Amino acid sequence: MTATAESPAAELGRARTRKEDARLVTGQTTWTDNLVLPGMLHMAFLRSPYAHAKITSVDVSAARDQPGVVAAFSGADFADEQGSLPCAWPVTPDIIIPAHPPMATEEVRYVGEAVAVVVARDRYTAADALASIDVSYEPLEPVLDIRTALDDGAPKVHETGNKSYEFVFPTAGDIDAAFSGAAVVVERDYRQQRLIPSAMEPRAVVASWIGDDVTLWSATQIPHVLRFAIAAFFGIPEQSIRVIAPDVGGGFGSKLQVTAEEVLAILVSRRLGKPVKWTESRSEGNMTVHHGRDQWQRIAIAADRDGRIRGLKVDLLADMGAYLMLVTPGVPILGAFMYPAIYKMDAYSFRCTGIFTTKMPTDAYRGAGRPEATFAIERIMDELAVELGMEPLELRERNWIKHAEFPYTTIAGLTYDSGNYEAATARAKELFGYDALRAEQADRNARGDTVRLGIGISTYTEMCGLAPSRVLGSLSYGAGGWEHASIRMLPTGKVEVVTGSSAHGQGHETAWSQIVADQLGVPFEDIRVLHGDTQVAPKGMDTYGSRSLTVGGMAVVGACDKVIEKAKVIAAAMIEASPDDMEWTPGHFSVRGDPEKSVAIQEVALATFAAHNLPDGVEPSLDSDATYDPENFSFPHGTHLCAAEVDTETGMVTIRSYVAVDDIGKVVNPLIVDGQVHGGIAQGIGQALYEEAVYDDAGNLLTTTLADYLVPSAADLPSYITDRTESPADNRLGVKGVGEAGTIASTPAVVNAIVDALRPLGVRDVTMPCTPERVWRALQTAAGNGADSKGGAA
Amino acid sequence: MTHINVTVDGVSYVDDVEPRLLLVHYLRDVLGKTGTPIGCDTSNCGACTVLMDSVSVKSCSVLAVQADGTEITTIEGLANGEWHPLQKAFNAEHALQCGYCTPGMILASTDLLKDNPSPTDEEIREGLEGNLCRCTGYENIVRAVRRAAQAGAGQ
Repeated sequence: MTATAESPAAELGRARTRKEDARLVTGQTTWTDNLVLPGMLHMAFLRSPYAHAKITSVDVSAARDQPGVVAAFSGADFADEQGSLPCAWPVTPDIIIPAHPPMATEEVRYVGEAVAVVVARDRYTAADALASIDVSYEPLEPVLDIRTALDDGAPKVHETGNKSYEFVFPTAGDIDAAFSGAAVVVERDYRQQRLIPSAMEPRAVVASWIGDDVTLWSATQIPHVLRFAIAAFFGIPEQSIRVIAPDVGGGFGSKLQVTAEEVLAILVSRRLGKPVKWTESRSEGNMTVHHGRDQWQRIAIAADRDGRIRGLKVDLLADMGAYLMLVTPGVPILGAFMYPAIYKMDAYSFRCTGIFTTKMPTDAYRGAGRPEATFAIERIMDELAVELGMEPLELRERNWIKHAEFPYTTIAGLTYDSGNYEAATARAKELFGYDALRAEQADRNARGDTVRLGIGISTYTEMCGLAPSRVLGSLSYGAGGWEHASIRMLPTGKVEVVTGSSAHGQGHETAWSQIVADQLGVPFEDIRVLHGDTQVAPKGMDTYGSRSLTVGGMAVVGACDKVIEKAKVIAAAMIEASPDDMEWTPGHFSVRGDPEKSVAIQEVALATFAAHNLPDGVEPSLDSDATYDPENFSFPHGTHLCAAEVDTETGMVTIRSYVAVDDIGKVVNPLIVDGQVHGGIAQGIGQALYEEAVYDDAGNLLTTTLADYLVPSAADLPSYITDRTESPADNRLGVKGVGEAGTIASTPAVVNAIVDALRPLGVRDVTMPCTPERVWRALQTAAGNGADSKGGAA
Repeated sequence: MTHINVTVDGVSYVDDVEPRLLLVHYLRDVLGKTGTPIGCDTSNCGACTVLMDSVSVKSCSVLAVQADGTEITTIEGLANGEWHPLQKAFNAEHALQCGYCTPGMILASTDLLKDNPSPTDEEIREGLEGNLCRCTGYENIVRAVRRAAQAGAGQ
């Protein structure tokens, strides 16, 4: 046998168009709501119209009598089975985790909480019958503002009161000395408004029992975690549960959840012996898909006159909503590590109080804790620069970790493996035309232009690739952070890759194929990637926290290693050489010093299948399993620059240009990476300018539709200029996470630009979302306060 | 029940439907044409966009009975032997991630290019204002529509 082909060109770094697209651009894919099973029934939920009320009675009998209605249930009908939805992240030993029944039985605590369910032959009939359910409520006082929820005499969300936890990060350094000895101290309060993740695919679920086994299809990011949770918390044997996440239409954290509707679909289906489906409407989803952010941040920074940061204090109030869902309490705690960001300092303290309100629970939303931290530190760096009379980029550079100092352990205890803030910033400035824009800004300010120009800076980093199991354990997180992969070499030389990471738009099928093509030296086209079904991919930790590539991708590499190890022994036998003399070049083995004696991996696969001449004790398999648990998080970073024009007469903000230079290490597929960056930036701009979940004084959600909750359209967003610098990460692929970076970076870049534009007019903050009205009001307030050129007005 | 006669992706259907049945539910639940997804209930997102007699409509805002006598094209019927230039362009430019908005985005784009075969980027953005995408930030969608226009999709 001889080598038949050159090693194929490297796939890593190649802009492959996606394998996933064929089924998506033709309408052939399977969303959960597309499923139709024989005899399938449809569920509709009756939901609380009150933010807070006692349920005095629920009568579903009239609904049950409607034609086409098969059953109707209240929470009491499932009292013995429905248990409590889990919270997997008890961040302190004395955290209060209230019972959270999937259907309320005694008390409702947010508008939209499920109270009863109708099961009917079709979705229209089920929805109609909801009107026949009679529920009596005794209204209670809502709790809507976390700033007053802990006051004496405040109404209580739960009997235990409104405080869930107080988390104090171990203070690093001498924080009092840092502040008392500093020449300048700046303190600010920032508001992280409540957001609705708004994946385009509404949640949908289908549950079907056959005998003692249940299959749950769900539009979820976490089929594996969901399976575990159903087994662990709802008494269904794990081996009897199969969870399938078919193609899932976006998640952004909102589908990282164990939901009431998933649990109830399983219980209702079991009760009726029929498959059931539920698909939410957008209005229902805006009320009942977990929300994101919602914090008040108090941040104080102390610095020497020359700009060197001495210390940083952070005190958060975080709105948990009515209950703690899967990782609700942990989201602000992830931020605790990130307030110091890329900066060196002597001391740091952090405290977060988690508070209950009568609103939809909050939980992970793209970035989860890190966008909040990055916003606050990047905003206050600008404020500190003003206080010091220093150029904001110069202040940052004076404090950031120098390239030569990596690896560097931050004041928050994280060890950043790599980074080059100098390079990313230099490249961003160049693409942006920083100096020219500053000159134009000065000119327009001097002229008193009614449309001001502002430059917003965000030199962000973040921690992602959630992962290290030991670290997660030390933070009281309820699960590990490893990821699993397996490789199956098929007899014909094709390859199946099974990943425990559960894609929902990220392009794993393409990126993983590229990784395997390089590792095994097989053609990209010969590789198929399987995911999202616990029967097909039995082990996994799923997709969130920008972990897929840095953890799941590395597991794929490990699985390839094992295939190569197995194949080596068989290849050696095929060419009658010693395994120790075998040399592996991706795609084939050859004898060291005798490259003519060579065998392709595909030939080894066929020989393994035939198994006629395997060495003694060698099993006929080129399959492998690997699990990867990194020792550290992943630390992407970058410099984002935003030029915003602000019309001082109308308050309208227009983003004129946006430059993102990100350092995410080695890139597997630049098309996919750019897409992640674009979409991430868009969501961050959405928070800065457009989006807010608004409750009225009675606790009714006012933003139940996409007409009220403003997910930006193409016409609302700018074009982005993206580029990359590359500091390879400390893993074999040299890769870092990219899924959340854009969102983390862009919000402060935009708001810094707006404030920068208006600072000469006395504005020093605008609360998000920076709508024209809010910008205009900030200008009026500043004018009323007698603006000065230092921006000293409130 | 109301009697309707609709042609969908070249196939003629005759059905009796409830007068309140939405076109998108008729397509999905009655005909099983699940290529058209539903993203909202207020006609804001555009995921359910189809062509009705060659004009883009949000099929959640049209009753099945209003479609009587019309010809509907969904994403499933857009390819004609090979992918439509917009389907090719969306793939080439990575203009989709989760893909949920894609059928509506592509069908709205066909209508956009029919009216304006060589749109500027600004015109593409304005023309697609009624279709929301949460994944892509629209950058690559604009590029894809531009690419399809250059390939003559609107001619």
